[in-house]
Amino acid sequence: MSSSSDVRSPSLTGTRLTLHGAALGRPGAPVLDEVHLDVAPGEILTVVGSSGCGKSTLLRTLAGLLPPLSGEITQNGRPLTAPSAERALVFQEDALLPWRTLLANVELPLAVKGLPRAERRIRAEAWLERVGLAEHARRRPHGVSGGQRQRAQLARALAPGPRAILMDEPFGALDAQTRAGMQDLLVEVLHGTGATVVFVTHDVDEALFLGDRVALLGAGRLIAVRDVPRPRERAAHDDPARIALRREVLTSLGS
Amino acid sequence: MSRPAPRLARYALRGAALAAALGLWQLLTGLDIDLWLRFSQFPTVTDIAHAFADRLTGADYWTDLTDSLTRILSGFLLAAVLGVAGGVLVARSRLAEDLLGPLLEVVRPIPAIALVPVAILLFPSNEQGIVFITFTAAFFPVLVSTRHAVRALTPVWEEALLTMGGGRWRILGSVVLPGSLPGIFGGLSVGIGVSWICVISAEMISGQYGVGYRTWQDYTIVNYPGVFVGMVTIGVLGWLTSTAVELLGRRLTRWLPRTSYVPGARVPRRTHGAPSRTETGPGPKEEVSREQFV
Repeated sequence: MSSSSDVRSPSLTGTRLTLHGAALGRPGAPVLDEVHLDVAPGEILTVVGSSGCGKSTLLRTLAGLLPPLSGEITQNGRPLTAPSAERALVFQEDALLPWRTLLANVELPLAVKGLPRAERRIRAEAWLERVGLAEHARRRPHGVSGGQRQRAQLARALAPGPRAILMDEPFGALDAQTRAGMQDLLVEVLHGTGATVVFVTHDVDEALFLGDRVALLGAGRLIAVRDVPRPRERAAHDDPARIALRREVLTSLGS
Repeated sequence: MSRPAPRLARYALRGAALAAALGLWQLLTGLDIDLWLRFSQFPTVTDIAHAFADRLTGADYWTDLTDSLTRILSGFLLAAVLGVAGGVLVARSRLAEDLLGPLLEVVRPIPAIALVPVAILLFPSNEQGIVFITFTAAFFPVLVSTRHAVRALTPVWEEALLTMGGGRWRILGSVVLPGSLPGIFGGLSVGIGVSWICVISAEMISGQYGVGYRTWQDYTIVNYPGVFVGMVTIGVLGWLTSTAVELLGRRLTRWLPRTSYVPGARVPRRTHGAPSRTETGPGPKEEVSREQFV
């Protein structure tokens, strides 16, 4: 674990991501309009909405892959114009490079960062160990399960110590039990990184479990952002405040 | 994974098929059969075998062989490098597509062998002309399949590299080239085949030494067994070089899901791998049934 504490130390403060009245989408095909959103440093913001409502568009804009059509997007107050290693993106599936072993996949962002070979190896192995893949390190993505691939993606995203992690339905293709395990793992590995997390999902329960706040998307705009009572407590699912919020979220998504 | 017994049986079957074809040939030519198709003028298998044995002991045969191989390897390697580079360039850059696209599309339909006059005009020696023709033959299949492969790359791979802070060259080296290797090798396999056709034809037209030149020489001096020795040589060389390309391709694209190149394996994958693929991580209750994600 000594090396993974190295990993955590440089990124104890997360980044602040802010959208000021932004219109998002591809040129000629706007998906979201007038988005005002402030993601506080170190918080976990979950984003829910039915499919096609622009969740992925929002995430890609925050990643810097898609410039906003209008309005402004800033990181810690400075304009955000291009992708950067400070904001890691975790995809739904198949984003690992299939010709690289899991270890080599986790080493890749470290290589991009310019770390020497030996250090890459040590860090990547430590991260694979943290996500429970130490003994699969030399396998290729096709040789492991979908859940294992997502864990490897998590390790790949966290290894270089990003200050924000943007997750695009990372557990969306997993079955319910694997998904619950992955949520616990995510909470565990995020602990101490201090990184800001924006987590997109279509699963309301997942959003309420993981998020400090939950943002609701629908009908081409950001409907609301709500504080989640007692986040990341499995026992809190029958908390009356949580039940009320869950009902509100479901109603607004249904409309 | 490999089961030796059926594998051996398959090789035996292939050998037997080849032997049967040769036997039929010997029969038809040995009996001088003339049933519309005229086999009476044809050399028999044993004639050819004798001629072959004579050739193998002479020096000319090996000179021809090394000449042809040198020509094809230089032309083909040049085509591989420039074809991949051109394909990537055209697929990734709009400017390159606009500048090179029309030119390439116009030159592409011209059969490489029709470029013999061009080669003669352009190059000071026949040797370079033949290499040029061989190059042109392989260049287009490689370029076109590289272009397709690069355009078909999964976009998230590139996005992943971008969000790691990777630049253009990093994306080229870590995503574009390795990701398009399966397609590139498709083009190389076609390319090496067309290269042989063109190197032999070019040698027949303008060569000095070389398997194609020798084959044509034998024809003009009515040495039919010699012609067939030439053909067998071309066949074997072509087969060896394309097998080499194929094997290299398989080695470099081993990461592809396995089933795509084990045509004989009929064992369903799920019964095969299921027991060894249970999760062993820290999370509680994580048994993953893999089939859903494949």
